[in-house]
Amino acid sequence: MAIITVDHLRKTYGARVAVEDVSFSVEEGEVFGIVGRNGAGKTTTVECVAGLRTPTSGTIELDVGPGTDLKEQVGVQLQECSLPDKIRVGEALSLYASFYRRPADWRALAAEAGLDLRASFATLSGGQRQRLSVALALVGSPRVAILDELTTGLDPQARRETWELVARIRRRGVTVLLVTHFMEEVERLCDRVAVISRGRVRAVDTPAGLVARAGGEQRLVFRTDKPLTDERIARLRALPEVTSATVKSAVDGGVEGAVDGGETTIAGDGDLLSAVTAVLPASLMRGLRMERTTLDDAFLALTEPSHAPTHAPSQEES
Amino acid sequence: MTAARTPVLVRIAAVEARLFLREPAAVFFAVVLPVALLLTLGATIPGFRDADPSLGGQRFVDAPFTAMMVLLSVVTLALSALPAVLVAYRERGVLRRLSTTPVRPVALLTAQLLINVSVAIVATALTLGLGHVFLGVPPPRSPWAFAGVFVLGSTTMLAIGLLLAAVAPNAKVVQGAGAALMFPLLFLAGMWLPRPLMPEILRRISDFTPTGAFGQALTDALGGGGPQAVHLAVLTGWALAAGLAAARLFRWQ
Repeated sequence: MAIITVDHLRKTYGARVAVEDVSFSVEEGEVFGIVGRNGAGKTTTVECVAGLRTPTSGTIELDVGPGTDLKEQVGVQLQECSLPDKIRVGEALSLYASFYRRPADWRALAAEAGLDLRASFATLSGGQRQRLSVALALVGSPRVAILDELTTGLDPQARRETWELVARIRRRGVTVLLVTHFMEEVERLCDRVAVISRGRVRAVDTPAGLVARAGGEQRLVFRTDKPLTDERIARLRALPEVTSATVKSAVDGGVEGAVDGGETTIAGDGDLLSAVTAVLPASLMRGLRMERTTLDDAFLALTEPSHAPTHAPSQEES
Repeated sequence: MTAARTPVLVRIAAVEARLFLREPAAVFFAVVLPVALLLTLGATIPGFRDADPSLGGQRFVDAPFTAMMVLLSVVTLALSALPAVLVAYRERGVLRRLSTTPVRPVALLTAQLLINVSVAIVATALTLGLGHVFLGVPPPRSPWAFAGVFVLGSTTMLAIGLLLAAVAPNAKVVQGAGAALMFPLLFLAGMWLPRPLMPEILRRISDFTPTGAFGQALTDALGGGGPQAVHLAVLTGWALAAGLAAARLFRWQ
């Protein structure tokens, strides 16, 4: 059952179109990601969902029960929302808890977020501020939590701690709408994700589904001491698992001054490694590595349709 | 749970009051400075405690100087403390965060007004009380008129402070603008050149400024025959004009 349904949302500010046409629906209990480049319309979209902005056209439905105040049921963590410097963590949480009819246990939330109740806001680190922000979004026991650019500007350690907090929110059954531009965050946290580019939805899929759409192929990359013979390359290309084999010779792009057979890239699918080693002994391949299409590749391909994915073989063997 | 039944506004105001008290500068300029000025200058400058025929035989500390210190405290709160906090809250997204909750951000604004009025009342009570104990300043001759003038004048000054907060784009501008506005307004009120000593033209201008009207009305309520209608009308006009403009122009984010 969808808890959030966004249908042909459009939002303009004067002549500027922030959101062109966005539709998606979020199931209860899932972590739904909204990804896109800066200025794609992500924040405007979730601000409309949170009831902070009025759509120019289109509809947004939140199935949070009849007669309930939307703001009781939707907890929001926005970008660039801080607190007064001198307020203490405990004061902020207990104050915000008092705004709701059925508040959560704010002391437990603070403990879960690893926050000291006596610390004043000014003394908190970036990660602690974000976790306090998340705790404030949850203090009203909402059914939906909207988290906007939660980990932007955080160091890797703080980012992981914040992700852990989001994972716990989800285990509690809260539906999460997560705006981000970190693909690692999407892979770790999101069940499904909508890719937004220039105010439109380009795709709604699982993270794995997005990778598959962008090709989902594997690539074997290795160097050889001597150039591969044409006959060997032809045999490699004839393998059913192989879709392309490319040799970049040492002279025109390899390591400068190195006398070797250049770098070979073999793209394909299935059990590519076994198939290739049947033709070319593994002992001949140096520095063998295997690459896969990543969510980053998929994201770039979806948000910049004029550009081919960065990994696509751009040079054919000459 | 009794805490849950405490009105939200009271809870916000309680937190805001604690935040105010954690800012030593605000407490100093709004409360300590006016009271200290009254006591030290009142005690050390000899002429201040002599009966003055031009004041109908009253001493300078009795009405004009005490009135100026009450005014100083209100003006400091209204033009400096209040707009600085409101603009910072808007700039830092505090108001915006509040708008994501069931509570409207106007509650925070109301709480701020309550805090500033309360602090002004405390400062005024200290000024009158300590002035009475240490300098023999008599209590207001017309206490109800004094209370009325205090409420009207504070409302006017806070409305101007709200307008300042409404139009200032950021914290730096609001601090500069507050100070730039405060000094001429204090001068026109007679802070450095008492109104009876002003040239006629300056005194006429002063009559129509919010601080000139407020200062004279306070002085008249403290030691004279009560405030003059013209000053009450001027204060009411400024309060309405600034209040309506602030309400129209105030941005929450």
